[in-house]
Amino acid sequence: MPLPAFQDLAPIYPEIFLALASMALLMIGVFSRDEDNPSVSWIAIAILVATGALIAGQDAGARELFDGAFLADDFGRFMKLLILAGAALAIILSFDYLKTAKILKFEFPVLVLLSTLGMLLLASANNLISLYLALELQSLALYVLASFRRDAVLSSEAGLKYFVLGALSSGMLLYGCSLIYGYTGTVGFEGIAAVLENTDRSVGLVFGLVFVLAGVAFKLSAVPFHMWTPDVYQGAPTPVTAFFASAPKVAAFAMLIRIVQEAFPAIAEDWRQIIIAISVASMVLGAFAAIGQTNIKRLMAYSSIGHVGYAMVGLAAGTPSGVQGVMIYLAIYIVMTLGAFACILAMRRGDSDVEEIAELNGLSRNQPMLAFMLTVLLFSMAGIPPLAGFFAKFYVFLAAIEAELFWLAVIGVVTSVVSAFYYLAIIARMYFQEPAADFEPMTAKVRFVLGLTGIITLFLFIPIQFLVTAAETAAGSLF
Amino acid sequence: MYSAIVFLPLIGAIIAGVFGRWLGAKGAAYLTCTFMVVSAILSWVAFYRVGLSGDEIRAPIMDWVNSGDLRTSWSLRIDTLTAVMLVVVNTVSSLVHIYSIGYMSHDNSQPRFFAYLSLFTFAMLMLVTADNLLQLFFGWEGVGLASYLLIGFWYHKPSANAAAIKAFVVNRVGDFGFALGIFACFAVFGTISFDEIFASAPDQVGTTIDFLGYQLDTMTVICLLLFIGAMGKSAQFLLHTWLPDAMEGPTPVSALIHAATMVTAGVFMVARLSPLFELAPIPMTTCEAIGALTALFAATVGVAQNDIKRVIAYSTCSQLGYMFVALGVGAYSAGIFHLFTHAFFKALLFLGAGSVIHALHDEQDLRKMGGLRKGIPVTFWVMIIGTLALTGFPYTAGFFSKDMIIEASHAAHSEVAHYAFIALVAAAFLTSFYSWRLIFMTFFGAPRHDEETAKHVHESPLVMLVPLCVLSVGALLAGYLGKPYFIGEGYDDFWRSSLFTAPENHILEEAHHSPAWVVWLPTVMMAGGFLLAFLAYIAVPTLPQAAMRTFKPIHAFLYNKWYIDELYDWLFVRPFKWLARTLWKTGDGRIIDGLGPDGISARVVDITNRVVKLQTGFVYHYAFVMLIGIALIVSYFAYIYWAQFWSGF
Repeated sequence: MPLPAFQDLAPIYPEIFLALASMALLMIGVFSRDEDNPSVSWIAIAILVATGALIAGQDAGARELFDGAFLADDFGRFMKLLILAGAALAIILSFDYLKTAKILKFEFPVLVLLSTLGMLLLASANNLISLYLALELQSLALYVLASFRRDAVLSSEAGLKYFVLGALSSGMLLYGCSLIYGYTGTVGFEGIAAVLENTDRSVGLVFGLVFVLAGVAFKLSAVPFHMWTPDVYQGAPTPVTAFFASAPKVAAFAMLIRIVQEAFPAIAEDWRQIIIAISVASMVLGAFAAIGQTNIKRLMAYSSIGHVGYAMVGLAAGTPSGVQGVMIYLAIYIVMTLGAFACILAMRRGDSDVEEIAELNGLSRNQPMLAFMLTVLLFSMAGIPPLAGFFAKFYVFLAAIEAELFWLAVIGVVTSVVSAFYYLAIIARMYFQEPAADFEPMTAKVRFVLGLTGIITLFLFIPIQFLVTAAETAAGSLF
Repeated sequence: MYSAIVFLPLIGAIIAGVFGRWLGAKGAAYLTCTFMVVSAILSWVAFYRVGLSGDEIRAPIMDWVNSGDLRTSWSLRIDTLTAVMLVVVNTVSSLVHIYSIGYMSHDNSQPRFFAYLSLFTFAMLMLVTADNLLQLFFGWEGVGLASYLLIGFWYHKPSANAAAIKAFVVNRVGDFGFALGIFACFAVFGTISFDEIFASAPDQVGTTIDFLGYQLDTMTVICLLLFIGAMGKSAQFLLHTWLPDAMEGPTPVSALIHAATMVTAGVFMVARLSPLFELAPIPMTTCEAIGALTALFAATVGVAQNDIKRVIAYSTCSQLGYMFVALGVGAYSAGIFHLFTHAFFKALLFLGAGSVIHALHDEQDLRKMGGLRKGIPVTFWVMIIGTLALTGFPYTAGFFSKDMIIEASHAAHSEVAHYAFIALVAAAFLTSFYSWRLIFMTFFGAPRHDEETAKHVHESPLVMLVPLCVLSVGALLAGYLGKPYFIGEGYDDFWRSSLFTAPENHILEEAHHSPAWVVWLPTVMMAGGFLLAFLAYIAVPTLPQAAMRTFKPIHAFLYNKWYIDELYDWLFVRPFKWLARTLWKTGDGRIIDGLGPDGISARVVDITNRVVKLQTGFVYHYAFVMLIGIALIVSYFAYIYWAQFWSGF
């Protein structure tokens, strides 16, 4: 296979740029004398923005590279921009935390960039091999990030657990890939789809799909492959958790949607059942388990499990509007999540983090602005109109109803009500309890992220149509 | 101009209600009073133009409700009947507003009071300017609301709250009938606009409605249902129990709402719908019978009451009965005429009573008054004027209107009319007796209040006395001036089409030719009542005690208001309370809450605790869960495929 000429590589320019820039950044970090140099982080943010600009500047329409291993299309671009935004905001949130924790090392932004590169490739992966390679690039960087605070036991434990279980899930994924290859004789998504069009489905192929989906569900932290989530969310440094909760979720969804819609449309009846089962389990567990939490990072872990379940409701519909709903959901979800983590980062006393929910008592009297923003974000997560979170749920449930999955939508609404309980419980604490001790004032960067996400959450209902149209175009490229 | 009449009070109410704190007590009072006085002056202009010069106005405001076949616009209907009501409502209301400046001067929440008072006036104006049944109902409910708010104005008094709730609930019974009547109208006529209903009503005579298999006469059903509404609002017998209790409200409220205006809404409604009632003989007879019964019943009870306001309240109830008798025999104009005159002298009596209460520092018990003639002379004289007008002293207001009703009831030819005539004459005697009893017990004889109070007896301020004097003029002259227009030779030019009488209805004509003894009988009764009261309370003061001892059961029966409250308590209140308590404790508490919110939240916590226990922290547990999950999914598909495979054979 001859290598294509450089100008023919235009669809993958952003990824190439990001890869080269990350390596250059690594060099800068290694050779700069100052070990904890914040300028590396600033450069990393600039690189992410530049990559985003390159992606946004690409021509519309789908183009393949490397015999179909890489596919640049509208869907991928939409997801990539979300990933980049999540990564950039996570880095902004990390500065001050890393500094006070005395782990402001140049490796941090480099690792974030590398895992982001993996995610971008994942969103464009169009056969099983490129998919696996991209996934591993992403995951390996994330394992290290989880245990970035090496001297803390919880952080090391989190990294280790994530690694061991991640390895297990990778194994499942690979096993599934091999089954699929064995039963179809090809690894390309179009090729698999073409084979399935013309032959009867076989049980072995479905087993393969189940294993692949299990591997993907692990990355999504969907039930029953979610068990690592609470421990890792709690143990990892908070900015890392914020990163975990945002960009990788988008990448994993991009991968999931691409697999089921591009490679397996012919057996949609089968994979929709799996998605529905996982979705219901995630919504129910996310809603019920979060109630029992006292640590706010664990609570956010269960909250993210629930959100993944809601987003899957759209995918379960198996229609263009369903995929559109998932994309809208993800866009709104990462905004809300990063906002919530900005609030969690603002919970500091002296040099230490405070993570117990009870510490939020009476926050409205000490820091009314922080309390108000957190209230907005929590109301939004609970899905209360006219905040952004309402529209997220609205479009996925609408898609489910259009696909006549009435009971799935009903379960979604019921679990939303249950989950509203723990969101409202936090709000009630902040407004109706006697105040706990003061937090440190918010730093400028946290305030920036919180303000940005809070304003988007509050006022998204005005320009919501732009997001809906963009998601519609992007979802259209898959069908 | 017509819109201004209706909306000025509303604007006043909104400003006083919303900005009351900022305006202060004086500001709110003066503002609402100004608006009311302007509105009252405009009403008299409207009365002149419409009533005396023969205009007839429809002032559209907006499209209101358009839903399916129901198309309702909101427009003001100003004909003579409305103009009369406008004058009554706005005159009395503005005087009461002014009077309240003095009466309520020690109260802490005056802005609220004036806001409610103006709100009431607006609702009453909506009621009387209604051009369709929906508007009428809106005003009807609006006055009910304002009445509720004002009866319970002193919400820190449990008795006031109870009275407010009672008024609301009893009115609900009537309103239920009224609402059904409106529905029936819409079902039968397909419209709720007055003009359209009146135009097509004659076609419905003799038709029937099928209700649960019974064939019911259309007009009878509609009019009876509407009449139930009128009974509730106008406190007719069986639905009257709320009115005496409503005296818990401030006295100006009693004067405005529970004497002059709101309670006459039922009378107005029947008169407004005279084109319907005229076609329905059974409801007319019912109206007559209920009215006569109420007149007599309330008069007998009034004799035995000791609370000055309750005596007047029962008197109001009784006079409303007179009005309904007039309507029932087809003498609508006589009923409205009595409404018109009654508004003046009854408001006067209430405000006078308020002045007495004010002078005695909130003492309302007649047995603790006496000898006040010297201390509060102006109040004394206006009360005398009010009493003369009420009892029908010649050439005062009541003389013309009440006697006309008695004559009309005599002139009507039916069994019921015969009974009504006797009841009304007896009631006239009792009216005279209890009215003079009130005067004698309050103003004559030796003072029965303690000396501390006696020292502080004082005449009310000018701001209270001026409205009293204005109303006295009305009580003296309203009858004489109004008679030619309302019931005399100017009848046709005055009322024109606003009151409908069937071609064969000549009741007024016949009443004017009543025999001499009928004409004189009410006056004789009035004199008799006066003499008896004089005998019992001035000449032989021991007589009442002796009579009370002798006729103990009768006195107890009257004193306890025919035991109707007790009857209702036993019949409705207790069973409902029991039912409500059962539903609350067992139905709501145990079943709905137990299986619903409480039960669900308890289960949620159970589930949560179990789920949280799954999270052990051991990696091999986590891996195990993952594998179990994948095993379950794989097994499911294996099962499906094998089932398909075997079913192929």
